[in-house]
Amino acid sequence: MDSLSIESSTQRMLAGSVLLFCAFLALWEWGPTLFGIPAFIIPPASKVWSEFIYMSGNENLLFHTAITAGQVVAGLVLGVLLGMVVGFILGMSPTAEFLLSPYILALQIAPKVAFAPLFIIWFGYTVYPKILVAVLIVFFPVMINVLGAVRSIDPDITRLARAFTASRLQVFWKIEFPASLPPFFAGLRIAATLAVIGVVVGELVGGNTGLGYLLSFGEGAGNTAMVFVAIILLTLIGIVLYGLIVLAERRVLHYMPARVRADG
Amino acid sequence: MTRQALEFRNVTKIFRASHRGSTEVTAISDVSFQVAEGEVVSIIGPSGCGKSTCLNLGSGLDPATTGEIYVDGERVTRPISHVAFMLQKDLLLPWRTIRENVELGLEIQKLVTAESKARAIELLEKCHLGGFVNSYPHELSGGMRQRAALARTLAVDPSVLLMDEPFSALDAQTKMVLQQDLGKTLAETGKTALFITHDLVEAIALSDRVLVMSQRPGTIIEEIVVEIPDRDNPMQRRQHERVGGYVAALMDLLHIGEAAEA
Repeated sequence: MDSLSIESSTQRMLAGSVLLFCAFLALWEWGPTLFGIPAFIIPPASKVWSEFIYMSGNENLLFHTAITAGQVVAGLVLGVLLGMVVGFILGMSPTAEFLLSPYILALQIAPKVAFAPLFIIWFGYTVYPKILVAVLIVFFPVMINVLGAVRSIDPDITRLARAFTASRLQVFWKIEFPASLPPFFAGLRIAATLAVIGVVVGELVGGNTGLGYLLSFGEGAGNTAMVFVAIILLTLIGIVLYGLIVLAERRVLHYMPARVRADG
Repeated sequence: MTRQALEFRNVTKIFRASHRGSTEVTAISDVSFQVAEGEVVSIIGPSGCGKSTCLNLGSGLDPATTGEIYVDGERVTRPISHVAFMLQKDLLLPWRTIRENVELGLEIQKLVTAESKARAIELLEKCHLGGFVNSYPHELSGGMRQRAALARTLAVDPSVLLMDEPFSALDAQTKMVLQQDLGKTLAETGKTALFITHDLVEAIALSDRVLVMSQRPGTIIEEIVVEIPDRDNPMQRRQHERVGGYVAALMDLLHIGEAAEA
């Protein structure tokens, strides 16, 4: 196949994708009326759009979105750091893993969002309970992947470094840390989407800020369009975050053959 | 008198299988040998006889249970910078380019300079990897990867090379080419090498002497001096008429014929 036909086939695919999106919008706009679905069940696209414009002007939508996004990023960063540190410690010390694994397993099985009310009791209607739920959710996929990566390093590689008279710290920075990055990024992708869930649950349970709050406010007011706006914005936060992580991954793991890197 | 670059004095290594109570395994027992400066010595023996244990002890990664090991007259108790080892696996780090992999040892020893960088590239060119300096390991074939591993071993300019079946994972032709390169490099640089292998012809083609080890607990049962010229040219050495006699002697010592009949 020559490059010209590859180009034209990607163009055709792109055109198809745009066409599908237009069809989706059209179905959303006129479908409900066509099938007799009332606007309080599925508001048409135009109504959701005008609600978005209204909320931007009168409901401080930007502020609520920023609060939610900020909490997601804070929870993600803290959860990732914690997950990495604990993952490396447990990966390097079998004793620590033996002692701590029952607690970690219990905490991993427990549904993390169930902690949201508890954290609100502890910290009140502040940003902290939401960030904490996100930290808890993000922690596990990162920790497990880093732990697994450290464990699966070929011991002969470490021996090679030691034979070159490497110190413990050099073994970490030159071998263990870079070796853990591919599984770490796989964990980070999962963690990013989970972080949004953690923050929204926190906001649904209590408080008067964030998109989670707008979700429950819209529900209470019977404003379905508002609920739609909140869901779409939450999805957008997740997509942007995921995209940034994929970009970072491509830069950091550039050495891997493209087909090995899960480009999702 | 020539200086001894590597010396084992009555070395015994006992492994304690910690998770199974008091089971003890004696890997090697009372091993003594010397390798003079610039000499290439092979150790050959049945599998599981403790050949690799010798290498791990020599590199200072594992302590000997009893006995002493000396490199350049200095007692080995932990890894030392002028001993380098090379294994059957290339152990190249996938996130480093070939040049960066070659510089690993220099980097660990904090010896990276503009001059050392130039030397690393020179070394890669000598190992026929000049065009792959900035490639990643996954882009190279098995033979090329093992060449890069050899370049990494030589980059730290070690006085003693410890090699554990470095070519056993390669196909027959690639193996001969790499043996040729190694033989030439060792002769040119005058480096001392202890070479572990289970390939009888490889041992004969590359070495000045071959040490034969017994079944576990491994100990040295015979020393054969290879009196064939051209140690710097293993390809030519392979074809020498005396190789057959050495192989027969080694087969006899290792009881290879008897194992086949049994």
